[in-house]
Amino acid sequence: MSLLEVRKLSVAFQTQGGWFRAVEGVNLSLDRGEVLAIVGESGSGKSVAMLALMGLLPATARIECERLLLDGQDLLGLAPKARRRLNGGTMAMIFQEPMSSLNPCFTIGYQIDEAVRTHLGGGRKARRERVLHLLELVGIPDPPRRFDAYPHQLSGGMSQRAMIAMALAADPELLIADEPTTALDVTVQAQILELLLKLQQERDMGLILITHDMGVVAETAQHVLVQYAGQQVERQAVRGLFEQPLHPYTRALLDALPERAPPGDFLPTIPGLVPGQHDRPRGCLFAPRCGHAGALCQTQEPVWQQLESGPGWRCHFVQGDPPAPVFPAPAALQQGGEQGEQD
Amino acid sequence: MKLFDTGTLAVTWGYFRESRGGLVGLAFLGLVLFAVVFADVIAPFDPTLQHRDALLLPPVWNEAGRWPYLLGTDAVGRDLLSRLIFGARYSIFIGMVVVSIAVVAGTILGLLAGYFGGWFDTAIMRLMDVILAFPSLLLALGLVAVLGPGLLNAMYAIALVMLPHFVRLTRASVMGEKNRDYVVASRVAGAGNARLMFSTILPNCMAPLIVQATLSFSNAILDAAALGFLGMGAQPPLPEWGAMLAEAREFISRAWWVVTFPGLAILLTVLSINLVGDALRDALDPRMRRS
Amino acid sequence: MLRFILQKILLLIPTFIGITLAAFMFVRLLPGDPVTILTGERGVDPERRAAMMAQLGLDQPLPLQYLDYVGKLLQGDFGQSLATHRPVTEEFFARLPATLELALFAILIAIALGVPAGILAAVKRGRWPDHLVMGVALTGYSMPIFWWGLLLIMLFSTGLGWTPVSGRLDIINYYFEPVTGFMVIDAWLSGERGAVASALRHLLLPSIVLSTIPMAVIARQTRSAMLEVLGEDYVRTAYAKGLPTWRVILVHALRNALITVVTVIGLQIGVLMAGAVLTETIFAWPGIGKWMIEAIARRDYPAVQGGLLFIAVLVMVVNLIVDLLYGWINPRVRDGR
Repeated sequence: MSLLEVRKLSVAFQTQGGWFRAVEGVNLSLDRGEVLAIVGESGSGKSVAMLALMGLLPATARIECERLLLDGQDLLGLAPKARRRLNGGTMAMIFQEPMSSLNPCFTIGYQIDEAVRTHLGGGRKARRERVLHLLELVGIPDPPRRFDAYPHQLSGGMSQRAMIAMALAADPELLIADEPTTALDVTVQAQILELLLKLQQERDMGLILITHDMGVVAETAQHVLVQYAGQQVERQAVRGLFEQPLHPYTRALLDALPERAPPGDFLPTIPGLVPGQHDRPRGCLFAPRCGHAGALCQTQEPVWQQLESGPGWRCHFVQGDPPAPVFPAPAALQQGGEQGEQD
Repeated sequence: MKLFDTGTLAVTWGYFRESRGGLVGLAFLGLVLFAVVFADVIAPFDPTLQHRDALLLPPVWNEAGRWPYLLGTDAVGRDLLSRLIFGARYSIFIGMVVVSIAVVAGTILGLLAGYFGGWFDTAIMRLMDVILAFPSLLLALGLVAVLGPGLLNAMYAIALVMLPHFVRLTRASVMGEKNRDYVVASRVAGAGNARLMFSTILPNCMAPLIVQATLSFSNAILDAAALGFLGMGAQPPLPEWGAMLAEAREFISRAWWVVTFPGLAILLTVLSINLVGDALRDALDPRMRRS
Repeated sequence: MLRFILQKILLLIPTFIGITLAAFMFVRLLPGDPVTILTGERGVDPERRAAMMAQLGLDQPLPLQYLDYVGKLLQGDFGQSLATHRPVTEEFFARLPATLELALFAILIAIALGVPAGILAAVKRGRWPDHLVMGVALTGYSMPIFWWGLLLIMLFSTGLGWTPVSGRLDIINYYFEPVTGFMVIDAWLSGERGAVASALRHLLLPSIVLSTIPMAVIARQTRSAMLEVLGEDYVRTAYAKGLPTWRVILVHALRNALITVVTVIGLQIGVLMAGAVLTETIFAWPGIGKWMIEAIARRDYPAVQGGLLFIAVLVMVVNLIVDLLYGWINPRVRDGR
């Protein structure tokens, strides 16, 4: 039995211009001790999906889901309030902006202790011991002194360590990290990532890592889920993904990596923007920015295809390099030929 | 953003219209303004006319009330409704004059202080700090004590007390706008100081000033009524609402209507202006607009 | 923290000089010269007038007169009341406790009702509790409190007979020497049966009236501060920790919202002092407000001048305390960051 199983998770927001579909039909499953990376640009709905999982979205969000199992427990039957009480216990989350995610009015010790008190209880002294232990665990030097420090007295990296300590307070089985290093200095990024992975392995946690950095994915994850405009466009094991990306979007993301870029002076970029509420294409959502898009892509939405060995993708093209269309799409074929001298 | 071109006006109205409170306030304010303009026509009686056969009559719906004294009469037989209708003139007039003085003087001082800076700025702002150090009504009372009680003096006093808000607001906006590209561009194009201040910078500071002016309008009416009530503002027999309440005080246990209606008139007028002010602020402040 | 306090105090010095200058100018702006004002309408013969001018230092140049005036102020000499010939300082402090008692009760009522109402409105944003609270708050904010006081007297005192019409105590049944000047405390100290209840009954309506506008302001500000804070990342963190909703709102969000609300509460001291003039007049409450109005009516200028000055200083001191409190509840300010 997997630790987390999500089937057909959709989230929509009520806006003045009607419903905006932020997340559409996301499926995922995660085992203990496994790292799953969710990749995509900003606006691809990766954070929203995870916030929905945690019940942290505002009341204006409409969440639909076919199945949501955590550790065998059905979360769908629980009211958002009841679900939130599981937070910090079985599953915990850390965020992109550690500085603003900590309450400026309370000490670090107090804020971590709150999580300990809520989920584990215990006497004052035992809890303090636990907090100091957690601070040490995440590599914060001189825990007794940091216990009484306020967030503004901590650097970004230290704040994120404190956030991790808070998330680990009740030994969660699932940790969701939403771009945990984006807001940090480059040198600190690696340290935090290393810490997360170390803790994940030591404790056999499931870790969902939201990122837009393919380099991070390569170093950390076992499985990768690529999301585009709220849709899941590709899902496979990390090795396969880097060796043989199935979706043109994944390929484009990989091409943007400096160490994998095709020879030349410029790093390739993906032209255009993720479609929003008002410029949603009729066919494939990626078609306007896709180098392979043909007539079919403009008119018909691709369906999810899956190989028996696991990898799945949402594209009219089949696996192959250069990719060939499932249905004849001559224009796409011609364009597809231009971009293929890699791997 | 120029506030007075029709496009912006239409947009502002579009946002304003979304506020139900703002619309209700505007409607009531329209009613009051109607009373102000046509008081002579719609008021049944002269507000100072004493009907010696109708002293302290209750409103008509009361058993003892009688036509045509719709809201009853006061202790010397003056028709309450007529006095309320004419009283609207005083309140609205006071509000308008006070706010005009405060806005004009405050804006000019704020513009000069913000634009030129230096010792002039420091002197003006210190002076404003001193005015703000006194509770407004008390300072107004003190000024009236110096100038002597009366409607005009009360208005000057209230205007002076409100001045700092406009000076600070304008100054802050000017400081913000002074170094923006469009101002620098005008300067390079050879615009003089006066032109820069009044036709380039000022129109861009209008939105907060308009909101503050609306809110000050209601405060002016409240403060003037308070001064009238304390005997330091409008003097009887003027049908000013605050002064009417002062006269009514001694009948508190005998004639509820002479106490209730003037105060209700003040409350509703001030409330409707505040409703309009709140809605205007939401409509004019882009940060408050929902996307 | 000490540096923070000193900095705040230093910033007040120019305002203090300005206030004293304003008070100094006050008497000199009056029509007629100070001696005429001091001696009243009767007038005095020229010889005596000259002697008085010299005695008051009025033959000195203005800057010297000002320095002399400030020197006296700093020694606590605020002049003499024309009506009672007693020092203004004495008259002022004799009445201060009555006003403080009233203001304190009023602000407590305003906080006790305004803050929870503001929280409720923010949490139920856009739904009926929000509309109700904001409607009541705007009405309170628009209230002519002198009329509100009369209305309450009409209803509860002369109408239903539940509360007394005026004063601070039922003086027919109780008598005791003032100790603190706070009637509720003095009544309690006297040990007379029912005295505290009587004092509280007298206090009830005036403090409700005086609390009206501060309550409205506090409710509105609490709402907007809470709305801002509830959108912050750390609120999401608190939910992610699994804390119950009440704890997230009342501990994590409120603590941050209070930083702005405390400032707003501090600013209400001026509103309270202005409101005290009206409230004390209506309820015949023997405090500073009523005294000032009477002084103005009697043209007792030294009393008006001294009273205004005292109140301005009081407001300044309270604002200083609030500033310090602000530093105390906001860790970022405390560290001078």
